[in-house]
Amino acid sequence: MKFSVMISEGPYTHQASDTAYNFTKAALEDGHECFRIFFYHDGVNNGTRLASPPQDDRNIINRWSALAKEYKLDLVLCVAAAQRRGIADADEAKRNGKNADNIASGFRISGLGQLIEAGIQSDRLITFGD
Amino acid sequence: MPETKKFLYVNRKAPYGTIYALESLEVVLIGAAFEQDVSLAFLDDGVYQITKGQNTKDIGMKNFSPTYKALGDYDVNKIYVEQESLDARGLTLDDLLPLTWEDEDDDWAEKESIKVISAAEMAKIMEQSDVVFSF
Repeated sequence: MKFSVMISEGPYTHQASDTAYNFTKAALEDGHECFRIFFYHDGVNNGTRLASPPQDDRNIINRWSALAKEYKLDLVLCVAAAQRRGIADADEAKRNGKNADNIASGFRISGLGQLIEAGIQSDRLITFGD
Repeated sequence: MPETKKFLYVNRKAPYGTIYALESLEVVLIGAAFEQDVSLAFLDDGVYQITKGQNTKDIGMKNFSPTYKALGDYDVNKIYVEQESLDARGLTLDDLLPLTWEDEDDDWAEKESIKVISAAEMAKIMEQSDVVFSF
């Protein structure tokens, strides 16, 4: 089955990203195909490389980056949500006159159309959030 | 582009206090360009999103409720409101924004977009939808 995931909560505060990660990993290991992972609302905070969680805890951001590398996942941060919350890649930083970017490896920033497209193209779109 | 799918946007939270309602509306407006079969559902505190007379002056937030009135122009004209959620909050249809659309197949007659339905009917609409976004 071809599936997509929407994550609508940030890391650590909420379990959404953890559960979405475990679900996605299990589904991929089971041979299913992931069309896209879309991060919305505070979910875009899952895509900052500046997070430094304690050594003895899981690193939610790096974990997504590693899974993306292994399975060539398309991790998309919503541009409007990212702008509000200070998540930027080099292009976005330049466009908005910021002196730094902070996007983590394996993520990209794009529009909400990517979420709609995921709904159209996938057999199932699963939301993780409140 | 594959076949048209039935998209349902479920709005369950109050308009202010959290950003979900505003960012849900942003998805609906972007999604309208994709020519899918779109419905909106308002239940729980989500019914407050489309109440009349919203005034956000004292909380320093943007009152985005006028945007709902534009939905008809985007061909978003199936708006379902759960009766039980209205009842629980002492609201009636009269408390909601007059959301309308113009039917081009009926000489551009102005028609009501809002339909108040029961929780059981709402369940059926969810069941019949292909893609359900919950905000």
